[in-house]
Amino acid sequence: MSTFAPAQPVTSRLTRTWSGRRRWPLVSAVGATVAAALVLLPLAFLVIQAQQSGWGEVERLLLRHTVVVLLWNTVRLTLACTVLCAVLGVGAAWCVERTALPLRRLWAVALVLPLGIPDFVVGFGWVSLEPGLHGYLAAVMIMTLSLYPLVYLPTRIALASVDAGLEEAARSLGLSSWQTFWRVTLRQVRPAVVGGCLLVTLGLLAEYGAFEIVQYQTFTVAIFTEFKLGFDAVGACALSLVLVLVSAAVLGGERALAGRGRAWRSGSGVRRIAPRVSLGGWAAPVLAGLTALSGLALGVPIGSLVYWMLRGSSSTLPSSSILAAVGHTAEFSAAAAAVSTALAVPVTALAMRHRNRVTLLIERLAYLPMALPGLVIALGLVSFSVRYALALYQSSLELIVAYSILFLPLAVVGVRSAMGQASPRLEEVGRSLGCRPAAVWRRVTLPLIAPGLGAAFALVFISSATELTATLLLRPTGVNTLATQFWSYTTDFSYGAAAPYAALMVAISAVPAYLLSRRMSTLARMRPET
Amino acid sequence: MSRGKPPILSPLLVCAGLLLSACGGAARGGPALTVYSGQHEQTTALLVAAFEKQSGIAVSVRSGDEATLGNQILQEGESSPADVFYTENTPVLEALAKRGLLAEVSASTLASVRRSDSSAQRDWVGVSARVSALVYDPSQLASTQLPASILELAEPRWKGKLGFAPSETDFQPLLSAIVKLDGTATAERWLRGLQSNGRIYPDNEAVVNQVNNGESAAGPINSYYWYRLRDETGSRGTHSALHYYAPGDPGDLVDVSGAAVLRASSHKAAAQAFLAFLISRTGQETIAHSHSYEYPLRPGVSPAAGLPALSALRPAALTPAQLGDGGAALALEQKLGLL
Repeated sequence: MSTFAPAQPVTSRLTRTWSGRRRWPLVSAVGATVAAALVLLPLAFLVIQAQQSGWGEVERLLLRHTVVVLLWNTVRLTLACTVLCAVLGVGAAWCVERTALPLRRLWAVALVLPLGIPDFVVGFGWVSLEPGLHGYLAAVMIMTLSLYPLVYLPTRIALASVDAGLEEAARSLGLSSWQTFWRVTLRQVRPAVVGGCLLVTLGLLAEYGAFEIVQYQTFTVAIFTEFKLGFDAVGACALSLVLVLVSAAVLGGERALAGRGRAWRSGSGVRRIAPRVSLGGWAAPVLAGLTALSGLALGVPIGSLVYWMLRGSSSTLPSSSILAAVGHTAEFSAAAAAVSTALAVPVTALAMRHRNRVTLLIERLAYLPMALPGLVIALGLVSFSVRYALALYQSSLELIVAYSILFLPLAVVGVRSAMGQASPRLEEVGRSLGCRPAAVWRRVTLPLIAPGLGAAFALVFISSATELTATLLLRPTGVNTLATQFWSYTTDFSYGAAAPYAALMVAISAVPAYLLSRRMSTLARMRPET
Repeated sequence: MSRGKPPILSPLLVCAGLLLSACGGAARGGPALTVYSGQHEQTTALLVAAFEKQSGIAVSVRSGDEATLGNQILQEGESSPADVFYTENTPVLEALAKRGLLAEVSASTLASVRRSDSSAQRDWVGVSARVSALVYDPSQLASTQLPASILELAEPRWKGKLGFAPSETDFQPLLSAIVKLDGTATAERWLRGLQSNGRIYPDNEAVVNQVNNGESAAGPINSYYWYRLRDETGSRGTHSALHYYAPGDPGDLVDVSGAAVLRASSHKAAAQAFLAFLISRTGQETIAHSHSYEYPLRPGVSPAAGLPALSALRPAALTPAQLGDGGAALALEQKLGLL
């Protein structure tokens, strides 16, 4: 029978020497240090800027009635959206991964795609459909529909690799299927679910663009006002530090919720792969639910794109420059996804396998970029590179570094979703059979966490492909991505000309989502049929 | 799960290759003149093409939101790669001038437009202008109901009918104009009235779209938004119209778009040549015919067909210098919780 890993480490001499509880493997240590340095860069910028502001100025900016209202707006939006994203994300992941759902491959991809639609298209789609859509409920709905994939994808990865033996044992001991799901399955995927929820929560703290369109004002509005109307980076950075404090509280709370983040099995025998449950009479309601979710999250924005293309008088056949924009977007996003994923592996591995105060702090730090407005991070990079690395300023490389910092949190959650299930005992067996650490890593660990790496890659790729703020500041002068071209046409009311660019953003986002899904299906072939 | 090479490795290798090729792209050198532009991108592209043809100087343009570009230049400071900053509004130029980041514009360039349309300290030159107006839905408002002054929009009879965008960079100049012409107390009363009468939109694009949709009956905007929307939706999709306030009203405000040479520029001569081109007859005619619906500022160049002449509108006698960097308006909006 399988059980959760015992809390105390196995203390054979072999284990201790290899996994080096005191000595981190060199490569991981270097990787995690680089990740921490990159994340600290914008944070240092914030602190340096905010320091220049006197206390009086901070007081004037912070102790206003508006700020209280804005903070309250932020909190109640974040709470509602996080809960809804958790329910939708876990529900959708379970249906795709554990049930005999018709057209599963299609759903698997479609459910990730809302992440690849620019906020502006989502907001505009809804407002054109229902002009009266404004305020709190509209913001909750729109943000939930675009952010639930952040919970769905990591949860699905984790569900794919949990041991069904535990669930069977629970059922045989008399738990109902609902109790089993609640007490066994959910507990096993908890690190992935909580990680995804953390992304939603932190992301909402820093969200700005989407709320403009539904006229819902959150705390970031105060930050952007200082930047855009006061041209006051000092005041804006002082306000942004409030976001850092709030995220620090959230990150502390999350640690308590996610537990020690590992759910690997330590019992004997081969992992049981869960059979897909037949939906039976539930097939119709589940399909209806997924159709409604995708219809709202994908259908509405894509519908408005089609409308623009058909009705806008600026619609033309896109010029050849659209190909260059596709190329740049794909290149920058793929490179950033590779860098973020590569950095997330040592950060996660150290926090899970060499748990101490420093490795945990680095892991927590890696989440911070999610809670800072993209503009702050981008201006931080501007400020540092013009001083210390002018040759890199506004180069492709700097833009890729910017994306890698911005979306490192997504990569960490992706990697964590698989690493929680990968037992270090298997690595120890590999070592005991005479493999070198590098070979163990390549032959044991990597195949185990590959779906997580795929999820990390897909999440970062999709988010980078739609990123606008940092792109406008840091792209090489004269280089356009799909997002910058789309922005340039929409600010000009040329919605018809803008639509193909947004459609292409969705299309290239589908590529990593599809590849990941195909790879997960390979895994699933080993699954017993029901 | 037995397999040779984990399949994840190959995509990673491909990406490493991409990353290396991206490093190669970091090489600098390139064009002689760098323009940061917050102006209408298509108009800027036309202007740059015409300038390159005339002068033989290669130009690279960095387009973006002008406030973001302004913040970027503030961070770049002395190391800014920008030679020229071309913007839709002047407060951002004033903010940079205040921090000593702009060079003086050459006298001959300044002499080509009215003195009052450029910076009093010669930091930037006015290039084109937009005039503010009221967009309204004729099916909801009869022509007799239209206001003679923007100040009337604060009256109770406008309750539930208005839409406005207080965070839009075009809104502050209006508020600044009221502060300047009627005093801070009146401006505050007016803003409170607007707040209780109107629906808040994120920007003027939304205001004009939603008046056109009939969600709001009227909203203060700059006239060019309406013309550009009309171009996109065609006459069949246009369900709104423009109304200008009485001559001299603070609502009849002229917003100037300007350009400046950065003090840190290493191509000052080329940068001054670019500014001179912007206000040359060729440059100004390019602006007039670019569908941006802005008014050329050089005397003797007429605006796009269909636009009422600026002189006929007799806008409020306020210069960009008098409007300043909008600090008073910003403070007022923050006080009322609109920002």
